[in-house]
Amino acid sequence: MADETEKGLESALRRRLLMGLAGLPALAVMPRMAFAATPPTSAVNTTGLAVTDTEVTVGILHSATGTMAISETGSIQSEKLAIEQINAAGGVLGRKIKVIQEDGASDWPTFAEKAKKLLVNDHCAAVMGCWTSASRKAALPVFEQYNGLLYYPTFYEGLEQSKNVIYTGQEATQQILASLDWVHKEKGAKSFFMVGSDYIWPRTSNKIARKHVENVLKGTVSGEEYFPLGHTQFNSVINKIKLKKPDVIWVDVVGGSNVAFYKQLKAAGIDLNKQVLLTISVTEDEIDGIGGENIAGAYSCMKYFQSLKNPNNEAFVPAFKKMWGEKTVIGDVTQAAYLGPFLWKMAVEKAGSFDVDKVVAASPGIELKTAPEGYVKIHENHHLWSKTRVARAKPDGQFELVYESPELIEPNPFPKGYQ
Amino acid sequence: MFGEYSLGDLSSIFVMQGFAGLILFSVYVLMALGLAIIFGQMGVINMAHGEFMILGAYVTYLCSTFFQNHLPALFPIYFFLAMILAFMASGALGMLVEWALIRHLYKRPLDTLLATWGLSLMLQQAYRSIFGAREVGVELPSWLIGSVQVTDSIEIPINGLFVMAVTVLITVGVAVLIFRSRFGQQVRAVMANRPMAGAVGIDSEKVDRYTFGLGCGIAGVAGSAFTMIGSTGPTSGQLYIVDTFLIVVFGGAASLLGTIASAFSISQTQSTLEFFLSGSMAKVLTLLAVVGILMLRPQGLFTLKVRR
Repeated sequence: MADETEKGLESALRRRLLMGLAGLPALAVMPRMAFAATPPTSAVNTTGLAVTDTEVTVGILHSATGTMAISETGSIQSEKLAIEQINAAGGVLGRKIKVIQEDGASDWPTFAEKAKKLLVNDHCAAVMGCWTSASRKAALPVFEQYNGLLYYPTFYEGLEQSKNVIYTGQEATQQILASLDWVHKEKGAKSFFMVGSDYIWPRTSNKIARKHVENVLKGTVSGEEYFPLGHTQFNSVINKIKLKKPDVIWVDVVGGSNVAFYKQLKAAGIDLNKQVLLTISVTEDEIDGIGGENIAGAYSCMKYFQSLKNPNNEAFVPAFKKMWGEKTVIGDVTQAAYLGPFLWKMAVEKAGSFDVDKVVAASPGIELKTAPEGYVKIHENHHLWSKTRVARAKPDGQFELVYESPELIEPNPFPKGYQ
Repeated sequence: MFGEYSLGDLSSIFVMQGFAGLILFSVYVLMALGLAIIFGQMGVINMAHGEFMILGAYVTYLCSTFFQNHLPALFPIYFFLAMILAFMASGALGMLVEWALIRHLYKRPLDTLLATWGLSLMLQQAYRSIFGAREVGVELPSWLIGSVQVTDSIEIPINGLFVMAVTVLITVGVAVLIFRSRFGQQVRAVMANRPMAGAVGIDSEKVDRYTFGLGCGIAGVAGSAFTMIGSTGPTSGQLYIVDTFLIVVFGGAASLLGTIASAFSISQTQSTLEFFLSGSMAKVLTLLAVVGILMLRPQGLFTLKVRR
C-alpha cells in the first residue's frame, strides 16, 4: 500500500509538471470557453483537497474481502460504474474523477483506519463507502474530525444525522411504515411474528414496526425472536411460527443465516404462496445465495428492485451488466450506492467548489432525476426523499412489483413516538 | 410458558421439537465427527475444519450445475455422487495439507493451531477468488425439498431426515473403521503409544496421513449435506466452527462416544430452550451450562484411559 501511494504521488507530481510545461505554449491559443467550464483549482479548492486542474480524487471504502464482501461487492461495482459514467460525460467541474479504493476487510476498526488514510494522506474530496452500521459508526468520528464527506448507501436503522454524511439508503421508517400499511390494507394482516438477527438494525427496525403494528394498525405481535449472527438452525422457531399461525411473518435476518432460514422454512412445508412473509433484508443479491425456488412468494420492502420499469432503470441495468457481467444482479443497496457519485457531482457543481463545507451546504434540495429508482431529492437531514416499494420474489430470483407508495416518503431518522 | 398452547398443540410441539432436536443432533454429529477424529486421534486442532466443509459444499454446487446443464436426466440422484466427490476432494486436500504442513508440526501442537488458522484464511480467500465473494445457490432435486405431513400440525422436513440418515451411515462407518478394521487398530495403536506402534512395524506417518484425510473427508460430506439447510459462501465455514469445537471439547477430546453424547445433549438443550425462550437467550443458556459443566469436568463428558 505504501508503495502504491508513493507511486501515485510521484506520478501525480510528474503529471502536474508535464502538464504545466505543455500548458504554456497552448495557453495562448486555447479558446476562452475552456476556462469557463474548468474553473481554476485555486478557486474550487481552498482546503487542500486532492484536486488538480484535470483531476479530483474520490475514495471508495468497502469490504472487498472478509464476510461482508458478499454484500459490499455490488456497491463497489455500482460506484465505479457511476464514476466512469461521470468521467465519460466530462467529469466534475471539468475534472476527471480519480478513484482510490481501500478495503475495509469486514473489520470495523480497519474502516476507521482506512477512512483516515483516505482523508489525511489522499485528501479525498469525497468518499463513497461503508455498508454495515458498525463500519459507519467506526468511521464516523474520523469523517467528523477531519471534515470529510461520506456517501453511505445502505438502508439502516436511522437515529443518526451527521453533517459529514449523506445517506443515500432508506432510514428505517421509510422502509417499514408504508409496507406495513400495505400488508394491513391488502392482506388484512392483524398478527405479526418477527424474526431477526441479533444486532442493532433488526432490533431498532422491529421496535419501529411493533409500535406501528400495535399503535397505528391496532394489530398484535405474536412473537419477536432474535438469533445470533451466523445462526444456522431455525427449526424450533419455525415450529413456533406454525403453531402461532401469524398473518404475517416479518423477517430481518441477515447474512448466512438468511439462507438457512428460507431453506428450512421451505423444508418445513411453509408455503409462501399461502403464508404472507414480509422481509426487509432480502434483495436480489441475497436471493442469489438463498435460491429463487426457496423464497418464491415472499414479499420484500425496498425502494429499488432490478425489475423496475422506468427509462432510468432500463438504461442502468444494461450498463451495469455490460461492465460487470451478464450474471450479476442489482439489489437495493447497489442502486443506492450508484446515486452517491451523482449526488456529489451535482452538489459540487451547485456549490461551484469541492470544499466539503460548501458541498454540504449545497446538498439539501439537490434533485436527481436520473436515479434508477426514479426521482430522489436530498432532505435537510441529509437523507433522501424516496418511495417505498413492495415486491414479490419469483423463482428466477427477480422481483415483481406489487406496491409503490404514491408519494416520495420524507426521511425521518428520529421518528417521534417510535422510540 | 405452556398456558398459551392447547393440549393438541402441546403434543405436536413435543413431536416436532423432538424431530427438530434430532435433526440438530445429526447436524452437530456430522460436523463434529471429522474434527473429533483429527483432534482425538492425532491431537491436532484443525482450525480450517469449516473450510474443508465448505470445499465439500462447493463440490456439491459444481456437481449440481454440471448435472443441470449436461445430465438433467440424472439430476434427481446427483446428490449421492456429489457427496462421494466431496469426500474425495476434502480428503485429498486434507492429505496434501498433512503432508505439506501438519506433519512438520506434530511436536508443536500450538503451532498447528496457528498454521491451520492461517490455512483457513488462505482457503477462504481462494474460494472468494475462484467462486466469487457472493454466496452461491445449490439447487436441490425436487424429492429432497418439502416435508412429510404426518398430521395436520406435524410436518417433518425431508432434508432433515436425509441428514439424519447420512449421519447414521457415516457414524456407523467410522465406528466400524476405527473399532473393527485393521486400519482402525493401527490408528488406535499409534494414538496409545506412538514409539511402540512404530516398533511393531506400523507406519505411523501413513496412519497419520490417512487419519487426517479421513477427518477432512467427513468434513467434506458434512459440508455437502449442509448445502440443503445452510448457505454456501467463502466464509460459511465460520458459521459452524464454534459449535463444532464446543461439541468436541464438551464431549471429551479423544472419544467418539463422547462426541455423540455431547452433540445430543447440546442439541436437545438448545432446541428446547429455543422454543420456549428466544434464539439468543437459548444460546446464552446453553453456553453457560457447557461452561459450568466443563468447570466441574475439565476433561469433558467422556475420556479414554490412555497411558501417557
